[in-house]
Amino acid sequence: MINRIQLVLKPEIPDVVGEKIRRDAGNYLQIETGRVKTGKIYNITYDLTPEQIATFARQGLADGILHDVYTNSMFNDPLYQTFVLVARLPGVTDDEGMSAQRTLSDILDLGLDTATQHIFSQDIYLFESNLPDNILQQLAHDLLGNPLVNHFEYGSAGKRIDYMPYVEISTSGQYETVDILVEDEQLLALSRERLLSLNLEEMQAIRDYFRNPERQSERKLRGLPSLPTDCELEVLAQTWSEHCKHKEFSAVIEFTDLNSGETLQIDSLFQTYIKQSTEIIRQRLSEQGNNWLLKVFSDNAGVVKIDDDHVFVWKVETHNSPSAIDPYGGAITGILGNNRDPLGTGVGGGRLLFNTNVLCFGPPDYSQPLLPGQLHPRRVLAGVRHGIEDGGNKSGIPTVNGAIVFDDRYSGKPLVYCGTGGVMPMSYQGRSSWEKRIDPGDLIFMAGGRVGKDGIHGATFSSAEINEHSPQSAVQIGSPITQKLLSDFLEEACRLGLVKCSTDNGAGGLSSSVGELAQISGGARVDLENVPLKYANLAPWEIFISESQERMTLVIEPSERAALLELAARREVEMTEVGIFTDSGLLEVYYGKVPVCQLDLAFLHHGVPRKYLQAEWSNPSLPETVLPEISDFSRVVLQLMGSYNICSREAVIRQYDHEVKGKTIIKPLMGPAGKTPQDAAVLRLFHDSWAGIAVSNGILPRYGDLDPYQMSAGAFDEAVRQIIAVGGLLPFPANHEENLFWSVNDNFCVPDSAYDPVHNPDGKQKLGKLVRMNQALFDMSTFFNIPLTSGKDSMKNDFKSAGRKISVPPTILYSMVAKIPDVRKTVTSDLKAAGDLIYQLGETYNELGGSEFFRLFGATGTQVPQVRKGTALDLYLKVMQANRSGLIQSCHDISDGGLAVALAETLFGTGLGADISLLDNELSPVVQLFSESHSRFIASVRREDQTEFEKLMAGRVRLLGEVTESGCLQVRIGENLLFDLTVSALQEAWDSPLSSVLI
Amino acid sequence: MVKALVITGYGINCEEEMAAAYRLASAQAEIVHLNDIFQERISIHDYDILNFPGGFSFGDDLGSGKVLANKMLYRNKLSGKTFLRDIREFLAAGKFLMGVCNGFQFLVKMGLLPDVNGSQQQEVTLTRNNSGRFEDRWCHLQVNSESNTPFLKGIKQLYLPVRHGEGKLIIPGKIQQRVVENRLNCLSYCTAGGEPTSRYPENPNGSHLNCAALCNDSGQILGLMPHPEAFLSLYNHPNWCRLRREDSAISEAGEGLQIFRNIVEHVAGNRV
Repeated sequence: MINRIQLVLKPEIPDVVGEKIRRDAGNYLQIETGRVKTGKIYNITYDLTPEQIATFARQGLADGILHDVYTNSMFNDPLYQTFVLVARLPGVTDDEGMSAQRTLSDILDLGLDTATQHIFSQDIYLFESNLPDNILQQLAHDLLGNPLVNHFEYGSAGKRIDYMPYVEISTSGQYETVDILVEDEQLLALSRERLLSLNLEEMQAIRDYFRNPERQSERKLRGLPSLPTDCELEVLAQTWSEHCKHKEFSAVIEFTDLNSGETLQIDSLFQTYIKQSTEIIRQRLSEQGNNWLLKVFSDNAGVVKIDDDHVFVWKVETHNSPSAIDPYGGAITGILGNNRDPLGTGVGGGRLLFNTNVLCFGPPDYSQPLLPGQLHPRRVLAGVRHGIEDGGNKSGIPTVNGAIVFDDRYSGKPLVYCGTGGVMPMSYQGRSSWEKRIDPGDLIFMAGGRVGKDGIHGATFSSAEINEHSPQSAVQIGSPITQKLLSDFLEEACRLGLVKCSTDNGAGGLSSSVGELAQISGGARVDLENVPLKYANLAPWEIFISESQERMTLVIEPSERAALLELAARREVEMTEVGIFTDSGLLEVYYGKVPVCQLDLAFLHHGVPRKYLQAEWSNPSLPETVLPEISDFSRVVLQLMGSYNICSREAVIRQYDHEVKGKTIIKPLMGPAGKTPQDAAVLRLFHDSWAGIAVSNGILPRYGDLDPYQMSAGAFDEAVRQIIAVGGLLPFPANHEENLFWSVNDNFCVPDSAYDPVHNPDGKQKLGKLVRMNQALFDMSTFFNIPLTSGKDSMKNDFKSAGRKISVPPTILYSMVAKIPDVRKTVTSDLKAAGDLIYQLGETYNELGGSEFFRLFGATGTQVPQVRKGTALDLYLKVMQANRSGLIQSCHDISDGGLAVALAETLFGTGLGADISLLDNELSPVVQLFSESHSRFIASVRREDQTEFEKLMAGRVRLLGEVTESGCLQVRIGENLLFDLTVSALQEAWDSPLSSVLI
Repeated sequence: MVKALVITGYGINCEEEMAAAYRLASAQAEIVHLNDIFQERISIHDYDILNFPGGFSFGDDLGSGKVLANKMLYRNKLSGKTFLRDIREFLAAGKFLMGVCNGFQFLVKMGLLPDVNGSQQQEVTLTRNNSGRFEDRWCHLQVNSESNTPFLKGIKQLYLPVRHGEGKLIIPGKIQQRVVENRLNCLSYCTAGGEPTSRYPENPNGSHLNCAALCNDSGQILGLMPHPEAFLSLYNHPNWCRLRREDSAISEAGEGLQIFRNIVEHVAGNRV
């Protein structure tokens, strides 16, 4: 029988979750719920006696001070008239249920099976109001859960609830063959019906492979059918997916510049711009005998040298599509998945140092009608934020830096960029940590979570194919505790020298991880019968390509097997031998004795036909914006402070642990009141040295409408100047001092850019923008000698529903890390003392195009900020020199909103004021205050250092005014006071927009 | 040399900085996985101070610290002894125990704090903040001047970060009286001026008695929500740049370090 234990808070304990639900229901759904009571239900399918259940309920689950306990009966109080029960759909991660199983096993010591789900947890919400079913359903779907992962019951209180999320699958554990020896039209139908996402050329290549008579006889010899098995087709589709093979970044592109009429043939964007720029920098470095760039683009994350004993590993990924349909699950699996990249680089087992996240959403007050399947941007924001909180906080990794960008065009698909950096020892037991070595005969182990249908074919499964007991597969919820146990174990095992190398099981699962590693030894053989499952009856191909989370593939020498299994048992990490590496040139997969897949590795990895794409570019013809004269500057500045792209992120930041591990030196908010926003984050690397790193992000999608080249170059500059602002040092090939590494991840997120006359008529222009973004990347990185070490591209960021399409603007994020020799010498943005002089560093131009100021008026303009590399470099070198002399007391980069916003930000929480005089020159006050020209800073300097500072900066600075005790920001031009605002008024305008959304 | 044992595993995640704190306080610190104690590969009795750092043991499922407390209360070690019995013996030997954040939640749920009845039954609890949110923010803390715990000796006020979603201490009425009488409420959330306060955000969670930490009667056990191991150097302070500008001779040591120095010195002093 199923036993049910319900816990509800005692009447005297405030129900803070219930209160929040009541508030949110009123604010966002206009539903008056009355009082809300929350409760937890545990459904237990183990065979236990009533006494055992009572013991478990009282001692194992309940907190005697908080809870009333109901065993096989339900809380009932006439005060509450209606309810919603939120259960999980079959197969959805239920950590609470699993933890309850562990505690049950500890208490009763019965040797229970705790690896598969036997306790199912549910949440129940009781409402004072007598709400009709349609309103309860709305509360369930729009506030309390998500129909993609949850099952709901609702109605009048006291209604009987029997739902249990059992998984029942009727399919057999064998393969099917697929007839691929068919005509082109049927090939395409096959790709479509089996959700392979392969085009005709790719399907033809597969047909040719299987039609080869030699191959057919060889397959026969090995006991395989001549036609491909479902497993083989799935492995090919997964390996050849855009996600894994980056087909568009590898394509041959014919690029026509319509301005000049010139045509350029680009043989792979990746090779031509990204890899080539890093190669050039690597050569310059090594010519000077400077060798900190250890590994680029060839593993899960790039590797650079910190010192003779340590390396730094760092990767930024995206998780956009999953976050669009289940924001919490998408974000948490995004961050946990990205954690496994540095964790599985080289040998693996790095210690994770920090997370970053950069998010692009539709505005929280989005008011257009939602399309079917589209979630409101406010909900996406809240869910993603929560996922990042749990993903980072529960893993003990500080979230130190990020950005949030709002634009209507992200309201279909949000962008969720997750970054993670970590540190590995240079070697483990004498073997290099960052290289992957595999020899034939090495064993394949899978460690961590179990395998279910999770993630198979992603979100493309249509709802028609799902019944109430099909395991939910489209959306996954991460399990931070499973991953924490796995990552602690991996670190320990690697340090003991037990692991030869490791890799992540992410997209593509075992198929991808083993398929890729097999290239190193020259082959692999896997037996899927050994793979531990969450529930029975998965088909072999499903086991092989499942994307179930929190798993890694480990490569082990046979001599270490016993020691490793013993350690895994002690750390309660499930670890299973699933195969062996060979040099057969084949990827061979068995289910027991039955061969289910045998593919030639060369074909698998190099057989995909290249794409040929067309791109074109012409300057957009946009009308120049003519604005009315600004008479009330105070109003404009306050409006700007409160705009979504500028306002305070504190409501988000405070919910992330940004200082666990005790190494965060410049946190997102600093100063006397913890209110001043900072530029780059700074962390120390170890507790026994002052060496550290600075971490920054540059992203400027709004400039892309005007000029994607300048958008990309500007984002690169933004990330660089944030690091310069905190006291970072640029790399010079000839500088051997302290191994001053820089490591950059590029992350492209663009709408579908493959031209199609019907479905994507402006595809060539979109691809042209991507080419321009890449050209800027090449120019900037080679100019500053700042290398890309890893990256990612996400090519199909379009939300399609009801015949409409919402496409993201082409977006590039540059995430940078630079070594800081001594974190104690870094500089924060907050003004420090009255009497200090305030300077603008760098020059302002009439560049209001794409500015936040223009956006206030619904305008775009034409004059996009230009990156002037040479003058930028000159300024950064001077700032570095001034910092070496300790002259700069505070420094803040000028970006979104321009000078006015940057000035206000340096004052928040300081108790100080500033008296500023603009130049009475040809630039209008509007331009001086709101233009977003690049490569500029606001810095403050002690009065006694004025002469030395100005001399050193040699004309590149302008004295703006001084720090006062007034608590006001006063800005004048000549005799004319433009505005005089109290810092508290500025702060209020800046604080309120997001805190009111996220309370 | 004074020996500190720092427990890790199962989602604990502040072990590294906790060990660093003891090393900075001139003690020897060892990080050990909890299961190695259950397997009796390590004995807590070889150490002077036992530490349960912060983190999210078992993801805070079933309530923070709950699953870990159950493990300690009910699961037998290899030889059949429970961990709780081991801790009783450890305390009887005059040794010290500290729990921070998740470690504090776990000590409370195990019944080791405040333990006014001496029966090691759960008397108080830590639950969701009034705000309903996890928050990372720095708080001013006032030390109870009558507290006897050596951990806080000589300290009047502290400024430390809290980083929790379940830090609201609920102390039922009768227990509350005993806690106050016995001066077990050793740290209070307070204003910058040192006045204990129930006002958010100075008091980040709405704890009864504005209480941020508890010790037991003997002062051997300290549990606290704020993180002393997160303020080991000046450069952890959110306003370190300005503090250094205002006082160029300011100490590079963080305020949190003093708690570790205190207990290490106390143990070392008792030995002489």
